[in-house]
Amino acid sequence: MSLIIRGLSKQFQGSDEHTLQNINLEIASGEFVCVVGTSGCGKSTLLNLIAGLENPTEGEILLDGEKITKPGAERTVMFQDHGLFPWLNVIENVKFGMKINGVAKELQEEKALHYLKLVNLYDYRDYPIHQLSGGMRQRTALARALTMDSKILLMDEPFASLDKQTSNRLREELQRIWLETQRTIFFITHSVEEAVYLADRVVVLSPETHSIRDIISINLERPRHIYSPEFIELRHRILDEVRGEAI
Amino acid sequence: MKYEGRLYKLSLLIFILILIVFWQGFYFLAVDVLQLSKPYTVPSPLGVGERFLDLLSNGTLPEATLQSLGRGILGYAIAIVIGAVIGLLIHHFYYLQKNLKPMLLGLQTLPSVCWVPFSILWFGLSTNAILFVVVMGTAFSISISVDNAIKNVPPIYVKAGLTMGATKSQLYWDVILPACLPELVSGLKQGWSFAWRALMAGEVMTTSIGLGQTLITGRDLADINQVMLVMLVIVLVGLLIDKCIFSAIEHRMLKKRGLLSE
Repeated sequence: MSLIIRGLSKQFQGSDEHTLQNINLEIASGEFVCVVGTSGCGKSTLLNLIAGLENPTEGEILLDGEKITKPGAERTVMFQDHGLFPWLNVIENVKFGMKINGVAKELQEEKALHYLKLVNLYDYRDYPIHQLSGGMRQRTALARALTMDSKILLMDEPFASLDKQTSNRLREELQRIWLETQRTIFFITHSVEEAVYLADRVVVLSPETHSIRDIISINLERPRHIYSPEFIELRHRILDEVRGEAI
Repeated sequence: MKYEGRLYKLSLLIFILILIVFWQGFYFLAVDVLQLSKPYTVPSPLGVGERFLDLLSNGTLPEATLQSLGRGILGYAIAIVIGAVIGLLIHHFYYLQKNLKPMLLGLQTLPSVCWVPFSILWFGLSTNAILFVVVMGTAFSISISVDNAIKNVPPIYVKAGLTMGATKSQLYWDVILPACLPELVSGLKQGWSFAWRALMAGEVMTTSIGLGQTLITGRDLADINQVMLVMLVIVLVGLLIDKCIFSAIEHRMLKKRGLLSE
């Protein structure tokens, strides 16, 4: 798998300003890439462009050499507001993507149960969505996304609307799951701590130029400890870049 | 004071009994004692009950009810099909959304009885004339609720479906339809109440056997008790379908989705 973003710009109709300008980025197979930036820097737009939910004004995105023009299962998205269907229960939600892609019934069941175990929701498989806590809903959404076997998993601030403790637990679990499954993940967040904790590389978007300000490789050993001196140093460095004080 | 379930049903029953007792008391006082009005101008519970037994035993009432119901359901079904098609067209084509929808909204202010002269000129005093009134009185309200229901589907469901690889038809059948079902059902419920009223408007004006005609026969015979009886039956049948079918489905669906406070 390889994802190549080349000369990508996006300007919304009726707007004088670019939302994104001249983005160039390559993501390799199995990589965990986090994008950080203050609100309005265009990070969600970048994700929507990769997902194919928006079309670029200039430039192109290539997935395995093929140009992205529309949404598809090989670039599944996990949303901030989970996007689970309230008319289905937990396991039905997890199976939904496989079902519409024609996966055999037995395999659906097997994979759904496998990923529900992975996100620790096996005992809740028959629950209706409205009886789940916010964290459990995001785990269900994660299980659903993992069943898709997408080439790249796009995550749009998936833990942002959770309380701090829940989001910390979920990012630990996400790291464990990523280490187990070796997926390629493109992760948007406004939390620098979350980015340094999870990412192989952190992409900093600038709200002024709407382009990439810097890309920082995080070479800390996993599992990472947020109070280690190296972690704190990297966090401060990236935080300065997000604020636009460095360089 | 709040009361629910059995207690509520009991209190409602008692209330209805009180109402009937008052009604009979009023009749007794006004007609029998004070002789303020003639007996044939005021219905009484006993008189209505008597007519009920008459019309039940000679089969008039069951037949009229079944005829009306069958006709109502047929007209309603046609209205759903036409309404759904127009609703989808409005939703799909911006041009129709902008131009046709306001007109359909405007048509909502037209009482369905106003379609009667038109339908009689087209279809004569036939069952088709009644069906036409029902369809015209119902279809547009359904098309508007179909369009609104689809419009109110949260965009995140569509995005979720698309990024899991849903095709256009899967998006409609597996995402948009179930997502808008609660609103759709309440639109259909409203449609039924329009259909039932339009049906009575049509039946009163034409000559096919049905509750509307039984009502008119009551007038022709100067039988106020029959008139009252048929009015009560019309209300009860309309309510029964609303409560036992639509409200029941609505309740179950909302409960499953956690949209109902117990």
